[in-house]
Amino acid sequence: MSAVKTKRDTLGTSSLRPDGAAKVKGDFAFTSDLHAENMLWGATLRSPHPHARIISIDTSAAWKIAGVECVVTAEDVPGQLTYGLISSDQPVFAKDVVRYMGEPVAAVAADHPETCRRALAAIKVEYEVLPVLFDPELAIGDAFQPIHPDGNLVRQQRIVHGDTSVDGEIIVEGHYVIGMQDQAFLGTESAMAIPDPDGQGVEVFVATQWLHEDQKQMAACLNLPPEKIRLVLGGVGGAFGAREDISLQVHTALLALRTSRPVKMQYGREESFFGHVHRHPATVWMRHHATKEGKIVKIEARFVFDGGAYASTSAAVLINGVTHTQGPYKCPAAVVDGYAVRTNNPPCGAMRGFGVVQACFAHEGQMDKLAVAAGLDPISIRLLNAMETGDTLITGQPVESVAPVARLIRETNEIPLPPDLALDANELDLPGGSGITAERKHIKRGIGWGVSIKNIMYSEGFDDYSTAKCTLADGKVTLKFATSEVGQGFVTLAPQIARSVLGVTDAVCDTIDTQIGSAGSTSASRQTWMSGGAVDGACRLVRERLFEHIGALHNIEPIRFAIEDDEIVDTVGTFRMSVVEASQGISISETFEHHHRATEELDENGQGNCHVAFAFVAHRAVVDVDPDLGLVKVVQIATAQDVGQVLNPLSLLGQVEGGIAQGLGLAVMEEIIVQEGRVRNPSFTDYLLPTALDAPVVVARMVEEYEPQAPLGAKGVGEPPCISVTPAIVAAIRDAIGKDIPRCPVRPQDICL
Amino acid sequence: MSSNEFYTLKVNGTEHQVSDAWIGESLLYVLRERLGLPGSKGACEQGECGSCTVYVDGAAVCSCLVMAASAVESEIATVEGLNADGTLTDVQEAFVTEGAVQCGFCTPGLVMAVHHLLDENDSPSELEVKEALSGNICRCTGYGRIFAAVDKVVAVRKGVRS
Amino acid sequence: MSVLIPHSIAEASELLAQNPTATMLNGGTDLMVEVNFNHRRPESVLLLRNIPELKNWSTDTSNGTITIGAGLPYSFIEKGEIALNVPALAQAARTVGSPQIRAAGTIGGNLGTCSPAGDTLPVLAALEAVVHLQSVEGTRSVPFAEFMVGPKRNSRKTNEVITAVTLPITGQRQGYSKVGVRNAMVISVASACFALVEGKPRFAMGSVGPTILRATEAEAFLNSAAPDFNNISEDVAREFGRIAASEAKPIDDHRSTAAYRSHAIGVLAARLAQRGI
Repeated sequence: MSAVKTKRDTLGTSSLRPDGAAKVKGDFAFTSDLHAENMLWGATLRSPHPHARIISIDTSAAWKIAGVECVVTAEDVPGQLTYGLISSDQPVFAKDVVRYMGEPVAAVAADHPETCRRALAAIKVEYEVLPVLFDPELAIGDAFQPIHPDGNLVRQQRIVHGDTSVDGEIIVEGHYVIGMQDQAFLGTESAMAIPDPDGQGVEVFVATQWLHEDQKQMAACLNLPPEKIRLVLGGVGGAFGAREDISLQVHTALLALRTSRPVKMQYGREESFFGHVHRHPATVWMRHHATKEGKIVKIEARFVFDGGAYASTSAAVLINGVTHTQGPYKCPAAVVDGYAVRTNNPPCGAMRGFGVVQACFAHEGQMDKLAVAAGLDPISIRLLNAMETGDTLITGQPVESVAPVARLIRETNEIPLPPDLALDANELDLPGGSGITAERKHIKRGIGWGVSIKNIMYSEGFDDYSTAKCTLADGKVTLKFATSEVGQGFVTLAPQIARSVLGVTDAVCDTIDTQIGSAGSTSASRQTWMSGGAVDGACRLVRERLFEHIGALHNIEPIRFAIEDDEIVDTVGTFRMSVVEASQGISISETFEHHHRATEELDENGQGNCHVAFAFVAHRAVVDVDPDLGLVKVVQIATAQDVGQVLNPLSLLGQVEGGIAQGLGLAVMEEIIVQEGRVRNPSFTDYLLPTALDAPVVVARMVEEYEPQAPLGAKGVGEPPCISVTPAIVAAIRDAIGKDIPRCPVRPQDICL
Repeated sequence: MSSNEFYTLKVNGTEHQVSDAWIGESLLYVLRERLGLPGSKGACEQGECGSCTVYVDGAAVCSCLVMAASAVESEIATVEGLNADGTLTDVQEAFVTEGAVQCGFCTPGLVMAVHHLLDENDSPSELEVKEALSGNICRCTGYGRIFAAVDKVVAVRKGVRS
Repeated sequence: MSVLIPHSIAEASELLAQNPTATMLNGGTDLMVEVNFNHRRPESVLLLRNIPELKNWSTDTSNGTITIGAGLPYSFIEKGEIALNVPALAQAARTVGSPQIRAAGTIGGNLGTCSPAGDTLPVLAALEAVVHLQSVEGTRSVPFAEFMVGPKRNSRKTNEVITAVTLPITGQRQGYSKVGVRNAMVISVASACFALVEGKPRFAMGSVGPTILRATEAEAFLNSAAPDFNNISEDVAREFGRIAASEAKPIDDHRSTAAYRSHAIGVLAARLAQRGI
């Protein structure tokens, strides 16, 4: 009966990207590739000052330039003057005060990008420069007058847990500094807005992580009903957190509505550095108390996250930071104080790892200090304290997720170390590369460890549900959702789910837009779980209806049916029929909303079941260091990651390798340099990203333990790879040179001076 | 603004008229916005990412740093011209099958860089591959699958079944 | 048409004389960055890329020199026969930007821009290269030390085209190093060239002062302290580095600190003095 089946790309296979062919040919339409008849270009005028009062804005000269069609300022915003993800505190355009260098002040629409640039130059803004609040410590308390009506403290959270009177026989302490990292997606911010003919609505193609949140915020600022703002996901060139906040969405739509013409906005790289939030720079103090054997008995900590001028997601980043103080280790008692503050530095918000990166850098530095104090090696100290399922976090929340921490460490340790650097090593294998700065004899090797825990999905009572619709007709499945595809591969996974659940081969994704319910954000490692759950749920509903339909036709109880490969089979009889045949001439459509379990807000002592679930990962870094010049080459990263069920091995490996490269960047090169509120390196010449010659060999093991809470048994995999690799690399550098380095990124002078 | 440039560019073997252009327009801008060839991507405007890699007279260069009006006597080749019949080249095919594509923004530039490398050197060493691709930033993949794609093409071209 | 495209140096000098405000363009790797970042808006451009003479190179065995056209891209300098003749120049060329930049950028561009971070300039300084210029008034040859007069300033007259550079083929040890915070495609934080020329050590430093600096005191020290330049002791090398570092005049900026740059130059000097021995 079963003839030779064609291979179907179901769950567990390395199904290939459906957009792969278009992308390799240059045919895939990124938002910046879009073009419309009669289109104008939009551009933004930005503040040159980190803090200043706006005395006057004169746009008259800009209006007179040939080709300029529109100039808008705060005066022209028809609705709410501010927007924001958690609190609406950020102006669409600065009105009275600018609070960071690069804050939008006006926007223009014109016939050519160069006309736009000239129009921006013709807008005269008179500023009165104000004192700059650039030290986050001064934002705590009353030392500096409020720079915003909402005050300088965005959020404070204390955690008090367990018997805080205990002191350890061993006490280790450290002050850690984490620099400001940029997401540096390659496809800069871009949108195209096409106004409705009646001027009462607008269609916006945009590269974003969360269509419905953009829609909600835009509707408020544009004073339009949300349904009058139809958002369509334009092709997205990476995201990594930087597209969670509004950037040019309101500006583009406003210019289109004002001019009654399509308007495209696209940031250049320099503007992109000012146009989105960055990873919070942070200072973290931790003091670990342990028994003389090295078992943690208490942790004290203090976090200060510099949120920059506007709140963005700082409040949530802070909570992620403080609630991950202990790392993937047992900890019975803790006292933690955390602050997210407002300064005149660039606004900071979401980036892959979201507050946990900062906590992990500190707790892993502490674990190495603890190892030394207890006379243990970095592996033993971590195994001794490794968290397990059922342990209680310092928030009082039990860890119900699969938590194979010890196994991750052991499996990582089993990965063979790379061979020693050859005596005749090529210069490209040495730190310094083609700059030929060193010879083999100058180089020292180091090994370091990092292990992390990361919450997945949104926390603190937020119901970040996802919606999906599945339509089965004539043997073909069409899936509809608003899940942002930013490169992570949900458009690969969703059809895999449909093929597995429904036994079809032909499954495609419909346009990603707001013509269906929200999917929540592509962030927090949540889409496989949340939107995967929604697609799975919708497909299961369709399967039930199909079984009912076939059951009625063939007089079989639907409950007896199951899908086996590509057939409907009667599990107690002999009936079999291919799904393609069974669905000829019919169309079944079902929509499903997936909600994760409810979470709680933290109380004043930081207690509460605030997170949904957790994922874990271990990293071991091997680096070669030139101690005299302070240059580093990361040789190998060994990793074992807790992934739940593997759904697509190839996509998974891509997430792991890509995350490691970003963590490497934070370890040794990536930092936005801000001096007194001014960004000094807003370009790819001076903000350095890892190149092919900086990429280490990655040896990855996926630790598969089915996660019962997850709809597909799979945990989110996007963030963990980038979290503990950074402290692992920095620990390896410390190991190579025998010197404590409390900051990342590690700069050459931190090593050799 | 002086939009007074009129010139002809030869792209992928076809001559294209450019009119009313501004002298400061890069080849990347003209390809994307005037000639309907958006396959080359812009991500840094300063030759630090390689997303806009094209061939000018056979050299793989960043089109963001070529003044379009200065390329009138040159043969320009873009990613759109790699395979006029719409099928995938072996490099493109390998990028898809080996998982070298995520967001895909860097991909056209990388495909151009890999073709150029393999045209000049049919069996590059690991370090030669890395050095040849060191001007193409990829933010998603960490490069591992890109190296795998290059290895696959080299192996297939050598007739070794992988 | 405001892009002028000559096909010979003579034609280029004529056009430049007629259009004194024209901006010269070769590989575009400096000029187009300025245009793209809205720092410069050229009204007219004189394209040097299509002049075959500027891409020539030749050796003169009687003088023991090599002359390289100002329009020859770095990709031709970093390997092959030029690299055999002036290995330090090839090493420097290989560190310029990315492969795509090296396929477009030229020594003429490095000289025209005259940035203290220009990658090949320390080699030109150490080897005391001669820069050739041509205008409608004739030709002129200027020693590199007189050519680069400040940060992004040179002694080219506005009507002159940089045509070529001549360097000695020393047949002796020479090397180049460049420190950047990434293993490829990076602007120099400190760079240096060490060369033995007619039996004497020379050392030039980039990115550590307003111009490329020659460490003349360090050179003098090494000349007196090391009887055999192919057998330089650790102690002598270290002292050579210390003196060179003291001759650097670095600043703090967003790419590095003055303290690190001085330190790095000292390390590079000591290592280069011993490299290849």
